Amino acid sequence: MDQAMAPEDARTEDTWTVSGHTFRSRLIVGTGRYKDLEETGAAIAASGAEIVTVAVRRVNLSDPKAPMLQDYVDPKKYTYLPNTAGCFTANEAVRTLRLAREAGGWNLVKLEVLGPPPLLYPDMRGTFEAAEVLIKDGFEVMVYCADDPLAAKRLQDMGCVAIMPLGAPIGSGLGVQNPAMIGMMMEHITVPFLVDAGVGTASDAAIAMELGCTAVLLNSAIAHAKNPILMARAMKHAIEAGRLAYLAGRMPRRMGADPSSPLTGLIR
Amino acid sequence: MRDALTLVLNGERRQFETPDQGPLSVLGLLTELGLDSRKVAVERNEEIVPRSGYAETKLSSGDQLEIVHFIGGG
Repeated sequence: MDQAMAPEDARTEDTWTVSGHTFRSRLIVGTGRYKDLEETGAAIAASGAEIVTVAVRRVNLSDPKAPMLQDYVDPKKYTYLPNTAGCFTANEAVRTLRLAREAGGWNLVKLEVLGPPPLLYPDMRGTFEAAEVLIKDGFEVMVYCADDPLAAKRLQDMGCVAIMPLGAPIGSGLGVQNPAMIGMMMEHITVPFLVDAGVGTASDAAIAMELGCTAVLLNSAIAHAKNPILMARAMKHAIEAGRLAYLAGRMPRRMGADPSSPLTGLIR
Repeated sequence: MRDALTLVLNGERRQFETPDQGPLSVLGLLTELGLDSRKVAVERNEEIVPRSGYAETKLSSGDQLEIVHFIGGG
């Protein structure tokens, strides 16, 4: 887990660092599935995120002057984290990220190699294969993976800079379905550990943070909310609330009541 | 009649004329297509073309090019 300790007072900033890059926001947001680019930009601003994931796709050559993401989400202001969404083989993922590096100069990338629909579950064999090539090629790989403690440890040992298991399938909005396993996985991970998929609403993000995750990555929960900009604000607060609750340390659970008001001095 | 150059761009076969100054470069192609070279990346026959090499990289008939950019994604 990350080594950041509780901020003793307001002067200590609660930041996190991945591969030498330090951030304040513990929310990473995707830039896909919005109504339009204007809404994308507004929702991302409202989320307070400092890192945004982006996809790499063919340019529409019949409309070369179409507005581009960079015009609405400034790469100088946000750290672009290119992903390999839609890649089903290691080779596709590696080619995609090499193109991303050339397009933007970023080494920090999100690797995902997916199995077939409808689950788009992480294909760990392809993921290992791609991670090995990418790390050898100088990439800093944040890796989307199954909630498999052995796979996560192996990815960390290979040199991945962040481990990012799913809480539920991509875009499902089912929430963190595996809190026990997420908690157990984390014990053996020293690089940043993020829940990367499955968050559906603010409480899901808070739960991930309360479990001790370094940060949370989400997209559809904001983009597919009825009011994405309001949900982006909700997510910002949920991440902060969950983080503070984790640092504060929750009270023990007990089966039964334990009154908060004294039982002595009662009138009779 | 100048030589015709056949390229496969993003999976589509397209014909270009070879410019008077000599073979078409990647930079020349991007200009011809109306693309901002700072916002795209180019792969030629599955090999990355470094941005610094757009002007020097000359294209030949049959080359397969992928021209990509960033779009919204999760």
